[in-house]
Amino acid sequence: MTTAPARISPTGHSATRPSRNAKSRERAMAWARRAPLLPALIFVIIVTQLPFVVTLIISFLNWNSLRPDQSGFAGFSNYVEVLTNADLRQAILTTIVLTVSVVLASLAIGLGLALLLDKKFIGRGLARTLLIAPFLVVPVAAALVWKHALLNPTYGLINGTLTWIWSLFGSDTPPQPDLLSQAPLMAVILSLVWQWTPFMMLILLAGLQSRPMDTVEAAQMDGATPWDIFRHLTLPHLRQYLELGGLLGAIYIVQNFDAVFTLTSGGLGTANLPYAVYQTFYFANEYGLASAAGVVVVIGTIIVATFALRTVFSLFKKEAAR
Amino acid sequence: MSTLTPAAPQSTPPGPTALNTGRSPRRGKSRMDPTRNNTAAGVAAWLLALLFAAPVLWMILTSFHSETDAATNPPSIAADITLDAYQEFFGASSGVSPWPPLINSATASIFSTVLVLVLAIPAAYALSIRPIKKWTDVMFFFLSTKMMPVVAAILPLFLFAKTAGALDNIWFLVLMYTSMNLPIAVWMMRSFLAEVPVEMLEASQIDGAGLLLTLRKIVAPVAMPGIAATALICFIFSWNELLLARVLTGVMAGTAPVFLTGFVSSQGLFLAKVCAAAVVISLPVLFAGFAAQDKLVQGLSLGAVK
Repeated sequence: MTTAPARISPTGHSATRPSRNAKSRERAMAWARRAPLLPALIFVIIVTQLPFVVTLIISFLNWNSLRPDQSGFAGFSNYVEVLTNADLRQAILTTIVLTVSVVLASLAIGLGLALLLDKKFIGRGLARTLLIAPFLVVPVAAALVWKHALLNPTYGLINGTLTWIWSLFGSDTPPQPDLLSQAPLMAVILSLVWQWTPFMMLILLAGLQSRPMDTVEAAQMDGATPWDIFRHLTLPHLRQYLELGGLLGAIYIVQNFDAVFTLTSGGLGTANLPYAVYQTFYFANEYGLASAAGVVVVIGTIIVATFALRTVFSLFKKEAAR
Repeated sequence: MSTLTPAAPQSTPPGPTALNTGRSPRRGKSRMDPTRNNTAAGVAAWLLALLFAAPVLWMILTSFHSETDAATNPPSIAADITLDAYQEFFGASSGVSPWPPLINSATASIFSTVLVLVLAIPAAYALSIRPIKKWTDVMFFFLSTKMMPVVAAILPLFLFAKTAGALDNIWFLVLMYTSMNLPIAVWMMRSFLAEVPVEMLEASQIDGAGLLLTLRKIVAPVAMPGIAATALICFIFSWNELLLARVLTGVMAGTAPVFLTGFVSSQGLFLAKVCAAAVVISLPVLFAGFAAQDKLVQGLSLGAVK
């Protein structure tokens, strides 16, 4: 690893290369190095950057495809609309609540699971595999199973289990909550926490297993309690991994569409920004407004992403230094 | 481990340590109070693992039940096993076949994965083995594109597809999925190619081996498992994708997740059928995911964690 950057020879600076030929040969060499990279780079720029520029332009236009005669330059009015429209403001709030609660809950549970899986016990490999399973169900399929097979108030597994437990104690009046209609956002959060905890667990487990064991053993020999070790050795080491998991999780969950679409169809205050953008342009045909909302999502993501990039960068440097 | 420990087992009688686990005494000594802690941790981990797997196990079990057994309260766990739900899913009575969307999903996932590899492998080569000068900048540019939400680009893509007649065309979706996965693939692939030992590359150069020979004999053997894992992860992401497929495809090119959204609203007794659909459509992801298990973290963390 360390050698990779070192192989970039410090060309161009030495005064011992006056010849023009050498310089052009050097340039040709540099292009030869770049050539394998260019197709991927150009492809990504065309497919991701260009459309975003167009989105940015459309966000300043008054453009509803159903009323083509009324389109024109709109200034910031779409942005004003995003921030004042009750539905879209609610979508911003929902996005924040959804993202923060899912990330924090799945990080906390993921940390607990990672700490457990870091220990040796019988069938650890199988337990790990079972724990990854939620992440390996197609998200739409998972959301459908949650909606119909688990959360359904009359025959879902959750209420069914409650009935069964209550009947064990001779009661025939078990609680039968209907999360989907009483607390729909909670239902979305629950299914997403279930799906994202394995992701957090895997990242944190990788962090735990990269922990230098000699310091831990030295601390044990000096009579440190397991809590001391966790508090002063494990947690500081895990900090970067917690940050990474949290930030990457945030970036993915901010964009969530599948769970909201499937579980609640964005009803009852569960529409997040991606769902609202989809609704606004796909059904309401408000292209300008949808684009402005899209740009707002990007601004929010950039704020998170700046921190995420910094964390990835520090891990990346650490790895590069190995 | 300290140098003292190997000597320890010889001086201590094996009795008490060997008694509780059958683990070597040397190992038992290096951890504090190993047996009690681990049994408790094991029980807790297993309970939680079963809790997390329960929805998946329930989904599989329900898919093998009849519709009437599937919709009971309390749940009938020991109901008779039947394949009715699968026959229903494959259109036994409705005549609606799930094969076109499944084939569309396979087309989109497989071809975009191939295209990703074709673009990402040379790019990763230019970022690790023979790196360009500002290779870290390029890496972070790729990463930043992955952080841009799909909704920020989807309207222009939709409008472009509509004007160009590419709407409801699976090959347009292939291109979309390629760009969606390319940054991850470049990051993963770079970290795998960076594991190729430099000494071996230099040695082969000195021996006068050509580029292709070097790639085949030295780079490929080291990077092959990584390339396979990258491919599997890209396949999973494409297979799972809903938003782009929902907006850009319709009757002809609709993918399996789009087909699944047909089950969003309840249609009488159809619980077993929903579960059968979820199982069938998740199977490729389950297989690919378990096959790539060891490299899954690296892919999901964009190569930042090994």
